[in-house]
Amino acid sequence: MTMSVPYALPALLLAADPGNMARIISLSPTDLAIIAFYFAMVLGIGFYLKRYTKSGEDFFLAGREMTAWVAGLSFLSANLGALELMGWAASAYEYGILATHWYWVGAIPAMLFLGIVMMPFYYISKTHSVPGYLQLRYGESTRALSAVCFAFMTVLMSGINMYAMALVMKVVLGWNIHFSIWVSSITVAVYVALGGLFSAIFNEVLQFFLIWLGALLIPILGLIESGGWSGLVARIHQNLPEGDYTHLWRTMGHFTDNPMGIHWTGIVFGLGWVISFGYWTTDFLVVQRVFAARDIRAAKFAPIIGSYFKMAVPFIVILPGLLGLAVLPFHLVPESAVAPGQHTYNEVLPLMLARYCGPGLLGLGITALIAGFMSGMAGNVSAFATVWTYDLYRPFVRKDATDAHYLSMGRWCTILGVLISIGTAYLVMQFKSIMDYVQALFSFFIAPLFGTVLLGMLFKRVTPSGGFWGLLAGTLSSIGMWALVKTHHNLLALIALSSHAKDMAENMYRALWSWLICVIVTAVVSAFTQPRPVEELNGLVYGCTELPSEGHLPLWQRPIFWAAISAVLFIVLQWLFW
Amino acid sequence: MSEKRQMIPVWFFVGVTLLVYGVLILATGIYEFSHPPATILANLHPALWWGALLVVVGGIYVYLYLPRKS
Repeated sequence: MTMSVPYALPALLLAADPGNMARIISLSPTDLAIIAFYFAMVLGIGFYLKRYTKSGEDFFLAGREMTAWVAGLSFLSANLGALELMGWAASAYEYGILATHWYWVGAIPAMLFLGIVMMPFYYISKTHSVPGYLQLRYGESTRALSAVCFAFMTVLMSGINMYAMALVMKVVLGWNIHFSIWVSSITVAVYVALGGLFSAIFNEVLQFFLIWLGALLIPILGLIESGGWSGLVARIHQNLPEGDYTHLWRTMGHFTDNPMGIHWTGIVFGLGWVISFGYWTTDFLVVQRVFAARDIRAAKFAPIIGSYFKMAVPFIVILPGLLGLAVLPFHLVPESAVAPGQHTYNEVLPLMLARYCGPGLLGLGITALIAGFMSGMAGNVSAFATVWTYDLYRPFVRKDATDAHYLSMGRWCTILGVLISIGTAYLVMQFKSIMDYVQALFSFFIAPLFGTVLLGMLFKRVTPSGGFWGLLAGTLSSIGMWALVKTHHNLLALIALSSHAKDMAENMYRALWSWLICVIVTAVVSAFTQPRPVEELNGLVYGCTELPSEGHLPLWQRPIFWAAISAVLFIVLQWLFW
Repeated sequence: MSEKRQMIPVWFFVGVTLLVYGVLILATGIYEFSHPPATILANLHPALWWGALLVVVGGIYVYLYLPRKS
């Protein structure tokens, strides 16, 4: 398995070789009608929303008028792509319930932290992007560094996702790769260029429903077939008596006790703290959805609403993988070991879909996958257009243009972003190793960025120089550690604390060290440089900002109340599946 | 979603999509009484009740969020 991105799992699917695989699913006319209707609907939404997209704020921030529910579902959907669904279902088949960590400890605390602690500062500062916040807090150099990294990597990741989607369509449905790439990318380019973030958010909400309603039948019918949860566990133990696939924490005491080769410290501090908090609180692709909320209370509520649904996602992603272990009459194999006639881990979700879903339901399931791919692509290009226009073009190329000019730039940028993505997709098709490097680059940046944003929000003593050098040092150290392990594999034991550590464990610890380096360098440089006057930090830093009081609201209308319930549910789930 | 702009709410688009899908899947479910698919648990007629669920959910959303002239 190839694994470079610590959070998402596209690399797992990208290792697939379509020449080795037989088509899994054949579609009926009803299925094709369902897919065609989806394309017509997303394009129709784009054309409809164009009339409401008249200013830069409309295009880049959806007019800042989304309700908490719309922003929350969109926030979650931006992360709930088809690669995520298929990749983590495959991981559940390979590693068992351990894959759930990426949905629970690797998401819920960070989402609640974003809603309660960080969102007020993002929202009160009226910034349009995460690099925009860094400019307000630290200055132009830090903004430029983060904007260049983000814009470049986002558009390349979009190309990789596009290629992955075409590959999955080829493997699952037998569709032509070029057809899938061009049809999906032109559709995305049209609807995002027309309606901007409005279009992206509308379609993400639609996608949210399609994914749940398209995928929910698999666990329901699977549990009926296997005799409920206890029947499922009994069947897995019967099929695989040597391993523990159904406990979350029990096997994390040592690197060799679990199939991931990871220790609980890596999961808690690497995934649960640095990577998860970095992704959910500073990756502009997801955070942009919350920026579009109509007021600060909606902005705080959006990630909290998302956390409840995120806790439930393992039901439609992890459970199908576990059901595959229990009910499939054959064993799936890794990509590296597949022989003609065999199926790989990656195919577990389509196989389970084909097992239970006939015509119509199959079309709904495939539409859910297509919707997931297209929304992910739309999220990438809309975030790219915003960061390019507001954080690179406006400050460094043309400062004093009209709002109409920036709106037009955003539309052209969307099309340009899609074209670069298509170019990347074809490049990856020729040179598959590129995707490893691109995904690794993306992971280098997120962990230190979290350190920079967090310190900037919490401590007024942190200086602009401290922020810049901390971010740069964290990013470079992450690249350095990655390169060292690539060239000298024995250094893995040093960086990941064990020579038994797998790729995933290495990612966790690399993120943790790069975050620590960022924090230490930021603190040391800040100690020797001059902080900004307190009055300039109003609205940006804790202790310098007057946060709106919620004391007049009844308890059940306060975000903190629902965040507390979400936290309790999260703890109960850890205990239930310990 | 946006009252000040009189924009059709996203929930209406969700409702239309679910309603159309529900009708198509429900019709398939009825057809499957005479031509059952070769899937596991086809005897439970998942297309029939899932299609009906989509029709009900989609119908509720369409009814609640149908653009009405004020």
